[in-house]
Amino acid sequence: MTEQPAANDAFFQYLLRLGDDRLVLGHRLSEWCGHGPILEEDIALANTALDLIGQANLLLKLSGEIEGQGRSADALAYFRDGIDYRNLQMVELPKGDFAFTIVRQFLFSSFALLQMDALTKSSHPELAGIAAKAVKETKYHVRHSGQWVITLGDGTAESHDRAQRALDDLWRYTGEFFLSDDVERTVASEGVGLDPSTLEPAWRQQVEDVVRRATLMLPSSTYMQRGGRTGRHTEHLGHLLTEMQIVARSHPGAEW
Amino acid sequence: MRDTAVTRDDIFEVLSSVMDPEVPVLSVVELGIVRDVSVDESAVTVTLTPTYSGCPAMHEIEGAIRRAVLEHGCGPVVIRTTYSPAWTTDWITPAARAKLEAYGIAPPERDDDELIPLQRRVKSIRCPYCKSMNTERKSAFGSTACKAIWFCRNCAQPFEEFKAI
Repeated sequence: MTEQPAANDAFFQYLLRLGDDRLVLGHRLSEWCGHGPILEEDIALANTALDLIGQANLLLKLSGEIEGQGRSADALAYFRDGIDYRNLQMVELPKGDFAFTIVRQFLFSSFALLQMDALTKSSHPELAGIAAKAVKETKYHVRHSGQWVITLGDGTAESHDRAQRALDDLWRYTGEFFLSDDVERTVASEGVGLDPSTLEPAWRQQVEDVVRRATLMLPSSTYMQRGGRTGRHTEHLGHLLTEMQIVARSHPGAEW
Repeated sequence: MRDTAVTRDDIFEVLSSVMDPEVPVLSVVELGIVRDVSVDESAVTVTLTPTYSGCPAMHEIEGAIRRAVLEHGCGPVVIRTTYSPAWTTDWITPAARAKLEAYGIAPPERDDDELIPLQRRVKSIRCPYCKSMNTERKSAFGSTACKAIWFCRNCAQPFEEFKAI
């Protein structure tokens, strides 16, 4: 081992954060399967869920390898409790109405695209490779959700109100995107990861542009939620994990 | 005991008969997901790259490759997965594009530059059935991760596009 244990643990934690964001949001999106407002959207949301869960699988697999305790992606996904999950609080919120799902997807995917684009320069070749793949997929997610934010915001009074309400409700969960702690600072200084606070100006510019074109108002509140990165979650994560993990926990080792 | 006379070209030949389960008109080689093949005394190593991170066909593809190599007496097989460089539709050859179109799937164009275009209109593509350009995109997401849904206004036929990535 050439890496210091502390740096190794930070990289493991960092990969969990990246993987958990995608696993939990992918699961939330999968809840739309069979419930989309129109068939094309049903398919689009399920496809986006598949991309995110695919990315989560790669990231969690790598994090298990970095940890070195023999935990597979499945072990990390199905046999950790909520307190050990490291996702952003935003991604665990219930799917809400279509406007809520779309606005959340746009806010998250705009962030994820910048994040993955920066990670293509990671000094860890496998993470850089996963990021390059994710960039291509995430572009489609930003396009799709961004177009819908504009369509809903600049649509009927009803769709406008719903999109605005979603933006108002979600805004306080965006601050967590850009928080950095010892984990991020360590991976950034090692060159394997990134300090997300550097992404905020570009993200804000992109979001403001779409929000303006959607005739929506950016919320003025500055209070921001935090806690997901250290295992403090909303009440909603536990319910999500119960559903997601029940089969694997009821039949450990089952294969199909 | 494996046949030590097997060459890399022989394995590519074998893999050219392994079709993608979701686009059965293209082989895994034509699709560009076979990135490398190496042969040594102990095994044949096939390096693959998935089209999408969550492509659900990868297990099936790995199994089909393994079976094909074993059936030709060239085993044992080791399958490696690589993500770098990331797969792109640019790796689909002109011949393979023609096969896609003949099968009823519009071949991929170049990836769009604009992230969120001002106009919702999307550049139209050619209907693989009647060749009309009077087509519209119904959704950027289709029956599999790699396809978009289109509709031809000329022949009133829905069709899929292998979308650029």
